[in-house]
Amino acid sequence: MGRKILLDKIDIPGIQGFDVYRQNGGYTSVEKALKTMSPEQVVDEVKKSGIRGRGGAGFPAGTKWGFMDKSTNNPRYLICNADESEPGTFKDRYLMEKLPHLLIEGLIVSSYALVANTCYIYIRGEFKYIIGILNLAINEAKQKGFLGKNILSTGYSLDIHVHPGAGAYICGEETALIESLEGKRGNPRIKPPFPATKGLYQCPTVVNNVETLAAVGPIINMGGVEYAKIGTDKSTGTKLISSSGHIMQPGVYEIEMGITVEEFIYSKEYCGGIKNSKKLKAVVAGGSSVPVLPAGLILNTAKGEKRLMSYESLADGGFESGTMLGSGGFIVYDEDSCIVRNTWNFTRFYHHESCGQCSPCREGTGWMEKVLYRIEHGEGRMEDIDLLVSISKNIEGNTICPLGDAAAWPVASAILHFREEFEFHVRYPEKIKKRDHGNIENIHVLQNVSI
Amino acid sequence: MQNNEVNHKIYIKENKSFFFPEKIMEKVKQIISRYPEGKQKSALIPLLHISQEENGGYLNVDVMDYVAKILNIQPVEVYEVATFYSQFYLEKQGKYILEVCQTGSCAICGGEEVLDYIKEKLGIKEGETTSDGLFTLKTVECLGGCGYAPVMQINTEFYEFLDQKKIDTIIDQLRSKAFDGKEKCSTWAEKFC
Repeated sequence: MGRKILLDKIDIPGIQGFDVYRQNGGYTSVEKALKTMSPEQVVDEVKKSGIRGRGGAGFPAGTKWGFMDKSTNNPRYLICNADESEPGTFKDRYLMEKLPHLLIEGLIVSSYALVANTCYIYIRGEFKYIIGILNLAINEAKQKGFLGKNILSTGYSLDIHVHPGAGAYICGEETALIESLEGKRGNPRIKPPFPATKGLYQCPTVVNNVETLAAVGPIINMGGVEYAKIGTDKSTGTKLISSSGHIMQPGVYEIEMGITVEEFIYSKEYCGGIKNSKKLKAVVAGGSSVPVLPAGLILNTAKGEKRLMSYESLADGGFESGTMLGSGGFIVYDEDSCIVRNTWNFTRFYHHESCGQCSPCREGTGWMEKVLYRIEHGEGRMEDIDLLVSISKNIEGNTICPLGDAAAWPVASAILHFREEFEFHVRYPEKIKKRDHGNIENIHVLQNVSI
Repeated sequence: MQNNEVNHKIYIKENKSFFFPEKIMEKVKQIISRYPEGKQKSALIPLLHISQEENGGYLNVDVMDYVAKILNIQPVEVYEVATFYSQFYLEKQGKYILEVCQTGSCAICGGEEVLDYIKEKLGIKEGETTSDGLFTLKTVECLGGCGYAPVMQINTEFYEFLDQKKIDTIIDQLRSKAFDGKEKCSTWAEKFC
């Protein structure tokens, strides 16, 4: 069994409520931080822990906190990003539903560290039932003196408010989220200025993912140095992985960074292997935005080393033969899966979710969707494949926010690793048209696909 | 979203008066108080969720103008938000909106078949409403339930690991629930905001 830091108490009956959570060591980090540490010391511990942002970008959280503008007298804000919408990712929903107080505890300690007296949880509108759970937890914490004015008689005050979104993937991007929280369309802002100087209401703001903030309590309790001993040098701690697709046991797993991908897919403790005794064809390791990898490259790097579940190992090989840990949305595809159909599916998603601000993304995602639709439906042309690569190159790096890159990579990587499958679609339109929902028996025999 | 069909629809002005009952107005004031003075526009999305539910499931110009007045902002500031987010509807919807996830894991784990089955069962296509006004069928992008695929959302509830039998039961239950009159409507104002 790997070490659990976030989900270790998840099976305790009643852990959703304040009393049981408190009896099991809950809120001790609030006492420790507020009574015995200065805000700077809390920031320092988080820096020492080496924890990287769990939302997808993987930027060191302590460093981000360090950017907070201290020169102004304006109020400072902490925003918890609970707009979890990356296809393949459902860990934050799980964490908030099962352990709401773990998040609230983390928010109190983090807000204290950032000298913020107001914290907003921006939650996607679809998770409305979780708003009730969070509000209940907030009220309980308030009643017990852990929130509101003069927390634990330390003089520190904090209010936490839950703010619903209304269905927009783009609001997971931090500046779009801030715009949305200000009551506007979710159009990302041009950076700089970064939110740490000009964020919510043009005030210094830090936006962190649910999982990152939930880990702050345990980090303060055990100390940053201790936390950094878990996992690998560059990927410290544990990570929640949302696993889905063609596996025996889909669900949310807390892993110690650095276990092998093979163990994660095949061991009974995690995914439990591929469903229906089929073979593994491909994996999207970090949510739909990261490059897809064929079985051979996800299990082993191009150098022939075992691929590990960590930021650096998954990225090994760059775009040519690597991918990214991203948000930890781990989608597994069996040998009968159609990569072209899946790529079309993801591209349709990005086209739908593009905010429309930058032309390369607004138009490019639509073009890619159209071209992929026609290849997938047996009407493609051979030159379409390179056309897709060209469109993706014209989107990548040419947009205000990373949604453009997120839309370009799945297409470019699918063609890089599975070009034969695209060519097959163009070459045998009759066979392609006969399929039902893209399933074709023995597609892996007809094509030259890895494993 | 920019390519969402709602963008091309003309907002409906019905000249019906709309206002929040006193109890909901109290809640609205409480929501506005969560944001700093002068930043009341932040309450727009929560208020639109509440208004939409109170107005029977959609937003018309009358409702949006009313919200603009409450927040002391221009009506166009409300329209541009209402047309951006996919959870706001500008046309009357069925009592139950079946939103079937079609992205990623749901697509590879039977989400497309689920959609086909519901279409056949209700005799409607995506975007349509049954003639009795009970069900509207929609396809949506990732609902964040990938490990429980295939999933759909009906109004405020999530339904997971769907198959034909489950869909039959869900639809039967909703049909009988629709007529027992017990259902309370103000969930957004009471529970979610």
